[in-house]
Amino acid sequence: MEQELLLKLKRKAADVRKGIIEAVFSAGSGHPGGSLSCADILTVLYFKHMNVNPSKPKDPDRDRFVLSKGHAAPVLYSVLAEKGYIPKEDLFTFRQADSYLEGHPSLKDVPGVDMTTGSLGQGICAACGMAQMGKLDKKDYRVYAVLGDGELQEGQVWEAMMYAAHYKLDNLTAFLDHNGLQIDGDIKEVMSPEPVVAKFEAFGWSVILIDGHDMDQIDKAIKKAKRTKGKPTMIVAETIKGKGVSYMENKYEWHGKAPNQEQRDIAIAELDAYIESLGV
Amino acid sequence: MKKATRAAYGEALAEYGSDERIIVLDADLSKSTMTAKFKEVYPERFFNTGIAEANMISSAAGIATCGKIVFASSFAIFAAVRAAEQIRNSVCYPRLNVKIAATHAGISVGEDGATHQAIEDIAVMRALPNLTVIQPCDGRETKQAVKAIIDYDGPVYLRLGRLPVEDIYDNSYEFTWGKGVQLKDGCDVTIIATGLMVGSALEAYEILKAQGILARVINIHTIKPIDREIIIKAAKETGAIVTAEEHTIIGGLGSAVCEVLSEEYPVPVKRIGIEDKFGKSGKPNELLKLYGLTPEDIVIKAKNVMTLKRK
Ligand SMILES: Cc1ncc(C[n+]2csc(CCOP(=O)(O)OP(=O)(O)O)c2C)c(N)n1
Ligand SMILES: [Mg+2]
Repeated sequence: MEQELLLKLKRKAADVRKGIIEAVFSAGSGHPGGSLSCADILTVLYFKHMNVNPSKPKDPDRDRFVLSKGHAAPVLYSVLAEKGYIPKEDLFTFRQADSYLEGHPSLKDVPGVDMTTGSLGQGICAACGMAQMGKLDKKDYRVYAVLGDGELQEGQVWEAMMYAAHYKLDNLTAFLDHNGLQIDGDIKEVMSPEPVVAKFEAFGWSVILIDGHDMDQIDKAIKKAKRTKGKPTMIVAETIKGKGVSYMENKYEWHGKAPNQEQRDIAIAELDAYIESLGV
Repeated sequence: MKKATRAAYGEALAEYGSDERIIVLDADLSKSTMTAKFKEVYPERFFNTGIAEANMISSAAGIATCGKIVFASSFAIFAAVRAAEQIRNSVCYPRLNVKIAATHAGISVGEDGATHQAIEDIAVMRALPNLTVIQPCDGRETKQAVKAIIDYDGPVYLRLGRLPVEDIYDNSYEFTWGKGVQLKDGCDVTIIATGLMVGSALEAYEILKAQGILARVINIHTIKPIDREIIIKAAKETGAIVTAEEHTIIGGLGSAVCEVLSEEYPVPVKRIGIEDKFGKSGKPNELLKLYGLTPEDIVIKAKNVMTLKRK
């Protein structure tokens, strides 16, 4: 990727992260940790790869995105705001009774949300359905999904793994946000889904292992997925829960908790300093 | 004092957990369901299944076949509704000793929104043969219900809330399985409530009283099998009924009361509940207002149902 574009994407991801913090802070509840961990993935998808048009959110030919780990709604809403689907100031209404920005992504309420999620395990199955119809209807659109590593514990995920490989859904690309944490702690201690790479391979997927915060690696992996024929692709992204906000990084306590005013200020200052350092 | 029924549940498990037959399962929500309290004291009898509710329920069934008393907890939407078929075929049909203790029931879940708000769990659980359905209204009742559930041999669905609620009872209260509790006597109308709505029913009682209307207030903690006697008696003596629950009006307490009355002693009934729609994000109290679940809503329906009484 050229340096200029790379810097632009990094800057975008930092803005997306700021939106996450503002949304969760305004709501006084929500899920910052898992939103921050996949912010770089969503940024590269929406700002480099996905064929979408915010003025035509229901275009039948558009690429689709399913946030299977629906609790990370803040990252999706923040990206949709950066992309122009929804006004940025609406992020401040997140989770409020008079807002359309529901705590978990809602297809019927939010333009740009392609599937209602929040109950773990279900989104990836819906993504399979979309990919399957792309094949049936001979359309070129691609379907992207992001899964949590704790989410892999849902049996339904593995039903989808089987389905996608069986029907050779090479128009489906899933990311595993492999941040190693879930609510009750370290995924390896709670209920280990490891070794994930071997499992996905055994289920018939093409698997790519990357650093989920390296824009270049994310970009290359998506490109490779687009070239891969006859198999769905799983991009296993090694990530840091809470990435970008020092005191949230690798802390499972920040899975589902809002920062207070002081913590919000620190987070925004850190992200602003980062943006400054990019010099764009 | 205010306490969430889920908090009382966790404390009760820790307190009565010395019984070696007790096994507790959770699906990655132990700090929210409060089973973590049991885990602190009896880590060797606590098992986290990870985010796998279907597996949790069916493995609970297997554990129960080994002579254990199993509590399986998650949010109501996942424990009861997602795993409904496992509860039916692995637990209820073989009549195994599994207690599904589900927290975060109803719209008072608040900000997480519709995907996390179980508003149909009572209806689904009530339809299952062999399953007892219990929803306590305060911390004290919860604690006693947990004790009774441990002593009872068979499947139970225990419905618990996220929000702290006021104490309804004092120290003298004794939980009796399957029996409704008359909290206030009255002759003009009866309010039959369950869970979080019991406190609201008591507030409605005071408002009505100030307006010269005497309402009887009944708490139904055992929704199935329901106390037919107390309901029929109230119908005979007050002639009009309002039901109140934090649940869809389809298939819950309101329906259960109507089933009894339509067969035994028909009188006009108005149901307070969620009117066949999904919840949404918002502060719990804002949502209770938005969905018509306040003491004021009970007052309006109580007056309304009184006008329908047979002359
Ligand atoms: C079916 C279901 N069960 C439980 C939950 C509650 N829950 C929300 S997030 C979460 C942990 C998710 O962990 P992970 O998938 O690793 O997400 P991340 O670390 O990326 O935030 C749980 C258990 C849920 N949303 N859906
Ligand atoms: Mg995780």
